[in-house]
Amino acid sequence: MRLRTPLSDKDVRALKVGDTATIDGVIVTGRDEVHLRALELAREGRKLPVDLTGAALFHAGPIMRKEGNGWKAIAAGPTTSSRMNSMEPEFIERFGIRAVIGKGGMSQPTIDAMSKFGCAYLAFTGGAAIQGAEGIREVKGVEWLDLGMPEAMWILEVKGFGPLTVAIDAHGNSLYKRVDEEVKANLAKVRRSLGI
Amino acid sequence: MKTTSLLEEVAVNLLRTAVTSLPQDVLEALRKAEKEETSDIARQQLRNILANVAAAERLSLPMCQDTGIPIFFVKGRCIPDLDEGIRRGVSRATSEVPLRPNVVHPLTRHNPGDNLGKGMPYVHFELADLEYTEITLMTKGAGSENMTALAMLTPSQGVKGIKAFVLETVLKAGGNPCPPTIVGLGIGGSADEALLLSKKAVLGRLDRENKDAELAKLESELREALNQTGIGPMGLGGRTTVLGVKIEQAHCHTASLPVAVTLQCWAARRASARIMKDGSVLYSREGFE
Repeated sequence: MRLRTPLSDKDVRALKVGDTATIDGVIVTGRDEVHLRALELAREGRKLPVDLTGAALFHAGPIMRKEGNGWKAIAAGPTTSSRMNSMEPEFIERFGIRAVIGKGGMSQPTIDAMSKFGCAYLAFTGGAAIQGAEGIREVKGVEWLDLGMPEAMWILEVKGFGPLTVAIDAHGNSLYKRVDEEVKANLAKVRRSLGI
Repeated sequence: MKTTSLLEEVAVNLLRTAVTSLPQDVLEALRKAEKEETSDIARQQLRNILANVAAAERLSLPMCQDTGIPIFFVKGRCIPDLDEGIRRGVSRATSEVPLRPNVVHPLTRHNPGDNLGKGMPYVHFELADLEYTEITLMTKGAGSENMTALAMLTPSQGVKGIKAFVLETVLKAGGNPCPPTIVGLGIGGSADEALLLSKKAVLGRLDRENKDAELAKLESELREALNQTGIGPMGLGGRTTVLGVKIEQAHCHTASLPVAVTLQCWAARRASARIMKDGSVLYSREGFE
């Protein structure tokens, strides 16, 4: 499936757990510090430098190289999404993002927010940074570079970015929850084989 | 060549090798895993990993954007300016390779931009009566490092307690440390020593058995069991949760049983160099034996 940003509620609701997708359009990076600062600004009633409505948020801290007046993406894989667990539900609600690209999955409050506001979690292979950089056609800009290269907000024009696996859909389904259940069912056997 | 410049050169070479290519034993383990997985999603993750590693090596660019924090294990002959040479190498490699500037102040979170700071890079020294100085580099990403765990077990908990703690740590980590991981287990010593042993353990080659038969048995038992959990590559389900389990042990206090677990993501980046007395340098990506 080929997704194109900005994403609509309908686009996102059509996604089902287990689907494979790629993204064309604009994605914006944001991890710990971007979440903290963006939410702080929003709570004070101030605007973000970028409109995130319908955007795909990429949990990533890329390696960028300065080239002339611009930047080139050297390596850009996903970071561990669970660090943003406590902030993501409010981020989804306030800024209207429609997709989160990351790795490792997110907790129940985020799954609930995704289902309520129409957003999906797209898993990208952790460490697949060259593959990620190859999908980035242009670094359109950077905000909050004072946070340092990994923590800044990078605005990226992408084409065929992925492959991504729909791991949490907008209907409350999570691939990670399914795996958790399977792991729980396997536990007795695992413990037996360890003699514990 | 002055020793500082030589060390700078060695550090840059180690960093470049480690972040742009995987040791053969790790690559083989990933290829084997890809063949053995039966679910499409798990296989896709491993294919992405293998394609990405090949592209990184071809382009001589970092396979993962998290080039980690550089940790150097140094043993053998003491050479002057070791610390300074390594620091210069880390700073140069950061702009040259490039590495991501990951090192920040722990409280202000200020990023100096060159991967240098108080206590960074982390250099661990071990004096030994050798004809050379051996430097082994590990670049450790935060995704897996954040899942590190230490337990001060009681002696009565014994091997069963160790097994239960390893299982609990891997289950809790789930997909966060970028599985399939290498599980490094440090048993014994003091609390800090157990952690150091667990970190050294993940430097061990996957295609080598532990020289201690008891530990070798425990390693394979844990590997088999952890791969039955079903966590799988990236926590998306599958047969390969770990590529291997490696154990290092030390004697400990009669009233203690320290156990530390270091998880190493699939991007198990390491490289070694031996600086000989005459200034010549030998390199090994897999590690010297």
